[in-house]
Amino acid sequence: MEASTRPEGIARGEEHDPTAALSIHDLTVAYDRRPVLWDVDLDVPAGCLSAIVGPNGAGKSTLIKACLDLLPRVSGDVRMFGLPWRQVRNRVAYVPQRETVDWDFPVSALDVVAMGTYGRLGWLRPVGKKQKRAAMEALERVDLVEYAHRQISQLSGGQQQRVFLARALVQDADLYLMDEPFASVDAATERAIVEVLQTLRAEGSTLVVVHHDLQTVAEYFEHVILLNMRVVASGPMDSTLTADNLRDTYGGRLTLLEKAATALGQLAQPK
Amino acid sequence: MTLAISMLDILLLGDWNTRVVVIGTAMLGIAAGVVGTFLVLRKRALLGDTVSHAMLPGVVAAFLVIQAFGGGGKSLIGLLIGAAIAGTAAAWAIPVLRRSTGLKDDAIMGIVLGGGFGLGIALLGVAQSLPGGNQAGLESFIYGRTASMVQADAIVIGVTAFITLIIAAVIGKEFRLLCFDESFGRAIGRREGLLDMGLMLLAVAVTVVGLQAVGLILVIALLIIPAVAARFWTDNFVRMVILAGVIGAVACWIGSSISAMAPKLPAGSIIVLTLTALFAISLVCGTKRGALQRLVRSVGLRARTGRQHLLRSVAEVMELNSTSTWSAKDILPMRSWSHARVRALHRAGLRRGDIRRDGSEFELTAAGRVAADRVLRNHRLWELFLIRHADIAASHVDRDADFVEHILGEDLVIDLERTLAGEPDTHQSPHPLRSGA
Amino acid sequence: MTLEYDGWIMVIGVLAAACCAVPGSWLVVRGMGMMGDAISHAVLPGIAIGFLVSGSRSGGWMFVGAAVSGILAAVLTQLVHRWGRVERGAAMGLVFTAFFSLGLLLIVQTADSVDLDANCVLYGAIELAPLDTFALGGLEVPRIVVPLVIVLALNVLASAIFYKEILATSFDPELATAQGFAAKWVHYGLMVLTAATCVACFEAVGSIITVALLVAPAATALLLTRSMKWVIVWSIVLGAIAAVSGHLAAITVPGWIVGGGLDTSSAGMMAVAASVLFLSAAIVSPGRGVLARRWRARRDGQRIAIEDVLGLLFRLEERALSTDQDAVENMLRSDVRIGPKRLSGVLGRIRRGLLARVEEGKWALTEAGRSEARGLVRAHRLWETYLAGRANIPSSHLHSAAERLEHVSDPGIAKDLAAAVGDQDEDPHGRPIP
Repeated sequence: MEASTRPEGIARGEEHDPTAALSIHDLTVAYDRRPVLWDVDLDVPAGCLSAIVGPNGAGKSTLIKACLDLLPRVSGDVRMFGLPWRQVRNRVAYVPQRETVDWDFPVSALDVVAMGTYGRLGWLRPVGKKQKRAAMEALERVDLVEYAHRQISQLSGGQQQRVFLARALVQDADLYLMDEPFASVDAATERAIVEVLQTLRAEGSTLVVVHHDLQTVAEYFEHVILLNMRVVASGPMDSTLTADNLRDTYGGRLTLLEKAATALGQLAQPK
Repeated sequence: MTLAISMLDILLLGDWNTRVVVIGTAMLGIAAGVVGTFLVLRKRALLGDTVSHAMLPGVVAAFLVIQAFGGGGKSLIGLLIGAAIAGTAAAWAIPVLRRSTGLKDDAIMGIVLGGGFGLGIALLGVAQSLPGGNQAGLESFIYGRTASMVQADAIVIGVTAFITLIIAAVIGKEFRLLCFDESFGRAIGRREGLLDMGLMLLAVAVTVVGLQAVGLILVIALLIIPAVAARFWTDNFVRMVILAGVIGAVACWIGSSISAMAPKLPAGSIIVLTLTALFAISLVCGTKRGALQRLVRSVGLRARTGRQHLLRSVAEVMELNSTSTWSAKDILPMRSWSHARVRALHRAGLRRGDIRRDGSEFELTAAGRVAADRVLRNHRLWELFLIRHADIAASHVDRDADFVEHILGEDLVIDLERTLAGEPDTHQSPHPLRSGA
Repeated sequence: MTLEYDGWIMVIGVLAAACCAVPGSWLVVRGMGMMGDAISHAVLPGIAIGFLVSGSRSGGWMFVGAAVSGILAAVLTQLVHRWGRVERGAAMGLVFTAFFSLGLLLIVQTADSVDLDANCVLYGAIELAPLDTFALGGLEVPRIVVPLVIVLALNVLASAIFYKEILATSFDPELATAQGFAAKWVHYGLMVLTAATCVACFEAVGSIITVALLVAPAATALLLTRSMKWVIVWSIVLGAIAAVSGHLAAITVPGWIVGGGLDTSSAGMMAVAASVLFLSAAIVSPGRGVLARRWRARRDGQRIAIEDVLGLLFRLEERALSTDQDAVENMLRSDVRIGPKRLSGVLGRIRRGLLARVEEGKWALTEAGRSEARGLVRAHRLWETYLAGRANIPSSHLHSAAERLEHVSDPGIAKDLAAAVGDQDEDPHGRPIP
């Protein structure tokens, strides 16, 4: 009887790997009530370097932002190391897209990196010597020590991206969520960033990275999430990055689903 | 002469009454400069303007209430509480109206500002036609009238300014994060709504105490201008905050002193005009992004670029013709330069001692020779680097290199050499890398 | 209240409001509402200098001065923004306060020698305007009407002639510039109109109330219509209503509250009336008002709930399971998550709509209800099939997406869906597609 109330009903509370670093269950996200991500359901195992890949408008950044409660969810549940984000906040680092901030802001590279320590510092304690030292170390890891006291607008695009990376490093997290860290950086910076990512992974961290370049995804990453409004496939690189899956991800937009999403957006109160 | 003496007397706080006024407004200037920096960096400057205009009905309503309960109507604290309530209500109404109507911020602010001020004027009309009221003081809130400030007022301002500064110092780091990267702040668990509210409350507090000094129309200048001016002198957040406080204090000091000298100099106007003058000075002379400094820098860059272009052209011409001298007309076909430009570049080269004249021909000096070799080498290294490492078509490299090599410092050039040292020269470059250059 | 005096005040108010409505509409759709605020403050030194030069309020000098200082303020704002890399709002605030203080200083300095005081500039002197008249064909017309009519005509003409250009540059300045409409000139042209409007209006309603008349009617109009032409028309009408009701309120309301035939500033009350109109529209506007949206949300929520109940009954009947009244209600509560209060309302609607009825303690769909439910279950299963086939959503997760999508009632989408799924008659779970 119970199961039959909704004959098509899903088995709710489906088993998820409790050891996964990031596990997303039935996540639906809408902008202005128009769904842009449908029922995302995936696990990223701990200690792996994972790429989120998909065409423009597939909802890659949306997925990361929704994980961090930066966007309201329509439904779904996100757990990091088996716990909700709020409880593991200090174990999670976030690298936003570079364009989201005003690079003319009067802060130096060191100041920006030191912001990574705020999460542990709390509201009232000021940034001290210890935090500055940690920030310097992070800058060293991304090879920017000599630029530490430059105002951030004087850095090149690739250097700015590395500053963001250093800020995440200083958070000393177990899970890193990065939104397009390779966007418009030069080849040398890209290699430098990849090296840092691989070091982090070797130290046991989990990284989930939005990536836009299909050429390099297999080279840089070992786990992949193919996304286009929904998860097309996710899993280890070799078995997941197949021609079929790529065609499903990039080929043919789901026009009908998009139309329906727009209609749902106009509905005053979707379920 | 007497004017100069009285001016000096006032600036140096000779007179007790002026001393109170000047110190009071200077403290206000510090607080406004500090809070204003956060407001400007959060890009909320006009919100402050809206809030200050919308305080008028609060002031007048408070006056009417005090009057109705038989108070004197001149209780400053009472009026300021009224202003604070109205200002907070306006700051709260803006996001609420934005969410419920979906209109843009500027329209909402225009309505709150205009509607609030209109209500204030309507209430003022009522207050003025009430019999026996002593409403003359109310208008000083619109234009500001520091002259009427007494010791108690200065203390109110001072205490508020002090509290504001303490709060700003304690959570300044959070405000900085909020202003710079809101989404990162949220991702580490900061509540930006709470911080924004705190910021608005600070702004309301400063505005309220500023009403008396500069009036509600101009108080926004006290918040905005010091911060904007300070930005021209520093790239450092903390220094910017401090400098903004100093600029605010100086402007208030000078402004209220001048206004105390003669009867028909409204303090608000004079303070704002002083601030504007300080801003203009900063805009022109500022050491970080002032117009002069940028002009000097762009002239310098132009000269450096011109010199490098000349040296490279010369080296290329000499290589091509296997000579050690050249004439101006040899250079012309190498570049799309005019005769005048070629002549000017040669004149500059002569002045710098890079080249010397030998009749109608020119030749490089020893120093010029070294410099030319270095320029040419940098150029080719960079070219090769681009060909190897970025997928830029070889035909585009020349243009790119022309532009970029002047930005390259010595360090990067050494770095490039190291990167390229192991790689064999594939002669993809139109200018092969010479050995031992 | 004398008809002629109050009549003229209302005429002047209506003219001022109409004058403001036209450039105001453009400012609001361009997201430059606060530019109105900046310009209305920034014209002050121009007014003062024009006044000092000509010595009278009626001369053209004041207009020239105001237009020049308005434009100068707009240009300086742009310069400070570009050159100094100062955020636009801050640049605006900086420039207009500087201009305003200069104007204020000029006015206060010369207050003894000329008849222009700061209060008049700020609040206007609409109460005095009908007293200063000239004869026009036997009718005593207030002088202030002349500049208002001229500027109104100018605004309407400019908007009519350059409608296409202003619209194009408002919507997409870059594309418009690429097509040869110089966005910059349209921008400065609009600033000239705004400055002229501010001068014409300041004497009537004061410079700050002008901001309310520029922005509030236009914003209200945007809540009522989304066609630019109608926005302009509506904002003129709303501005006129605000002017008339504002004056009437000014001469009556204080009297009711305080007593003794008290009255207050008409200009202030006009701004209040314009804001009240805006608030009312925000609440009751049929398209975008809070009430309308609440109502639509309720209606859609109710429809979805009814559809869910019908779907459940259909599935139970399909599988020949018990439709016991209590059991059904329990399932609805736990599975469809309808609160108990709403549930009884929804069930009541279903009964009244003759979609289903209770027979001997059991729910049964009527013919109409069954056909509706069939459509719904069909949509659900078609979506599941589509999602499984096209979107690769694993079968265990199809349900919740389909649950949302089944309520999309657009017939075009339904048709496309049926076409996309083809003639399958079973969904991925092996259930028949009705």
